Amino acid sequence: MTHNPIRTQKIAFFLLFLATLLIVVPVGLIVVIIIVKGLPAINWQFLTDMPRQGMRAGGIFPAIVGTIYLVLGAIIFALPIGLLAAIYLSEYAKENYLTRIIKLAIVNLAGVPSVVYGLFGLALFVVFFKFGASILSGSLTLGIMILPIIITTSREALESVPQSFREVSLSLGASKWQTIRHTVLPNAIGGIITGTILGIGRAAGETAPILFTVAAFYLPRLPQSIFDQAMALPYHLYTISTQVPNVDEKVRYGTALVLMVLVLFMNLIAIVIRYRFRKKKKW
Amino acid sequence: MVAQKFDIKDLNIWFGDTHSLKDVSMRIDANEILSVIGPSNSGKTTFLRMLNRLNDLQPNFKVAGRVEYGGKDLIKMAPEEVRRKIGMVFALPLPLPLSISENVCYGPRMLGVNNKKKLEEITERALKQAYLWDEVKDRLGTSAFKLSGGQQQRLCIARTLAVEPDVILFDEPCSGLDPISTAKVEEAMLILKQQYTIVLVTNNVKQAARVGGRTAFFLMGELIELDKTEKMFTAPGDKRTEGYIRGEFG
Amino acid sequence: MRKIKEFIIENLILICGLASIFFVVLIFLFLLKEGLSVFKIVSPLNFLFGKSWYPISEPPQLGILPLILGSMMVTAGAAIISIPIGVACAVYIAEIAPPKIKEPLKAGIELLAAIPSVVLGFIGMVTLVPWVKQLFNLPTGLTALSGSIMLAFMAMPTIVSIAEDALYSVPKSYKEGAFALGATHWQTIKRVILPASSSGILAAVMLGIGRVIGETMAVMMITGNSAVIPHSILIPIRTLTATIAAEMGEAVVGSEHYFALFAIGIVLFVISFAINVTADLFLHKKQ
Repeated sequence: MTHNPIRTQKIAFFLLFLATLLIVVPVGLIVVIIIVKGLPAINWQFLTDMPRQGMRAGGIFPAIVGTIYLVLGAIIFALPIGLLAAIYLSEYAKENYLTRIIKLAIVNLAGVPSVVYGLFGLALFVVFFKFGASILSGSLTLGIMILPIIITTSREALESVPQSFREVSLSLGASKWQTIRHTVLPNAIGGIITGTILGIGRAAGETAPILFTVAAFYLPRLPQSIFDQAMALPYHLYTISTQVPNVDEKVRYGTALVLMVLVLFMNLIAIVIRYRFRKKKKW
Repeated sequence: MVAQKFDIKDLNIWFGDTHSLKDVSMRIDANEILSVIGPSNSGKTTFLRMLNRLNDLQPNFKVAGRVEYGGKDLIKMAPEEVRRKIGMVFALPLPLPLSISENVCYGPRMLGVNNKKKLEEITERALKQAYLWDEVKDRLGTSAFKLSGGQQQRLCIARTLAVEPDVILFDEPCSGLDPISTAKVEEAMLILKQQYTIVLVTNNVKQAARVGGRTAFFLMGELIELDKTEKMFTAPGDKRTEGYIRGEFG
Repeated sequence: MRKIKEFIIENLILICGLASIFFVVLIFLFLLKEGLSVFKIVSPLNFLFGKSWYPISEPPQLGILPLILGSMMVTAGAAIISIPIGVACAVYIAEIAPPKIKEPLKAGIELLAAIPSVVLGFIGMVTLVPWVKQLFNLPTGLTALSGSIMLAFMAMPTIVSIAEDALYSVPKSYKEGAFALGATHWQTIKRVILPASSSGILAAVMLGIGRVIGETMAVMMITGNSAVIPHSILIPIRTLTATIAAEMGEAVVGSEHYFALFAIGIVLFVISFAINVTADLFLHKKQ
């Protein structure tokens, strides 16, 4: 049989297309299933009520509140440190061995399994610092976990500011820090915000880091201080899927829906902001 | 006796292993326009950037020799102090992404001037000195990017003038401009030299002839010849200078 | 005054710059602090290669071989599924997809990457697991196979986006040269573009695998949690990550069980460190 390269190409391209479908279609299905089965559970009561009947009924309000506290705490910790670290890498670091090691460390922090972060948080914050299982421990653990995201996206944003802007500012007599503060940072703010929001999305969805550092199975009332334990959406979903029998199916799907919408919404905002800042860029 | 602005002795610059400037010695007088000409990679931009310490930004930058400015060693001074006194206008018009007045006020604000009225005075003075005031006085709050190339470049000159420097360095300032804008910039330079000392790096030999009182010719990192412009262009001392001016290479 | 402020800020910047090194070292140190104690009761060899994991029996049996093999089996299964499909999808997106489809496709895959693993675990529990049980007629669908399939879905976005970057950065001149010689698009992909981007694709695969090895919640919810040496892909198994997550709640702080779980954490940390460093080397290899 003669070898027909055009036919080979057609077959190959078809297979490649199939492979793509194999990824994209299940994603779509997953999202659709969660929406279809979870939507019936969503009403104002579900979102603002405390859980009842051992979490088989009632609402998920404390889990939502807990997640918000944790994420806020994580960002309060990670944003300043991450931004300053990004400024260091972009504006001050020289091409030397130390910089290489710092970049390697960031890659590693990004790759540490989330359950290992949980262990670390347990050993350092809960046990060693004696904060106990608390919002404080959980936030700090999550904060360290999202640090690489903030550093990497902020650094890219800073590095995309043209070098000529810095030269202009410096040649007018401004100091290095003044240049960063008044010229570089304002023009990198889009990327920095994007990275922050992506970090928020990640922190909101993680379960393993909060398993031993903050998560409470069930709390009869909302947390009052950062030393309290808290419920959280991801852990709540895990609990009612695996630990609590006979939970109404739509409650489970509803919780999954709320969590998924929260995380995807964060990612969507980040993408939109990134797009709009890119369009607004005048250089 | 003409006052000296710069006294440069045995200046050598390396970027890594590249020896970019070799044993340059010269003096620059107050209130003169010194044109610096030469083919690309001749070291003229490196030389210019030495005067406001912008070379410090390059990695692997090494310098040896002495550059005396106002009795002090320029190389040992704090860079900010140097740049306050020695301003630079770059090759491409580089307005900051701000309004016209914000561009002009940027320098003074960094130096601590906060008084709104004072800033307005400075803006007006600087824009007038750059021959831009009349064209923009009604729209100081609009974005600097809305100006034409020539106007933007004059804005950059105004921006530099706002901090009241002593010396202004021009790095091929007209390379992106049309002839009319070029003429306007050259006109401004000739007036400015009464108050400031000007060093102009240019790729355009004819521009050097039009503007400079003295001209320096650089080739491959060395200062080949430095003399009154008239003399350089009619009876250059070095064969290479003659070759470059006549367009035989470059 | 301003000078003092700037001095403080610039030093803060330096300290934060070093922060990431500080945290990596800190994590490793604390893992060691709590984990090394386990080697007072069991030798490293017996820990790593011991076949029985019964941490709460008296005396505790702390061999993590079943867990290591469980992780390996699930990871291998996920790799077999996700690598060909992921790379194929990356090729499709980078080379073949019409521009109008390309952006929504990439967005869809970014979406998959963003879905929290506990949500995927939940969906896997209610859809995949019963399906596997039915398909293979098993007593339970909580198996290594279910885990592999789900984890493949979690690895694929990583593989697709990094591989796509690698394919995209192949210089156009390579492609144009091949076309000029009369090659079809597919032939060009096969013989020129794929080899040229091989180190980037390799890095993509490694990072995808790295993500799989570290995955906790989804595995915990669908692989069954049975710490036995796996003899088939259709039985419940236990991974290293799931062990920590599932058992730390019951382990008393300071007990041998507690130390053993931290020791597993050390193993995980070292594995992910090795993968990330190697992948990074490949990503930065100049061709």
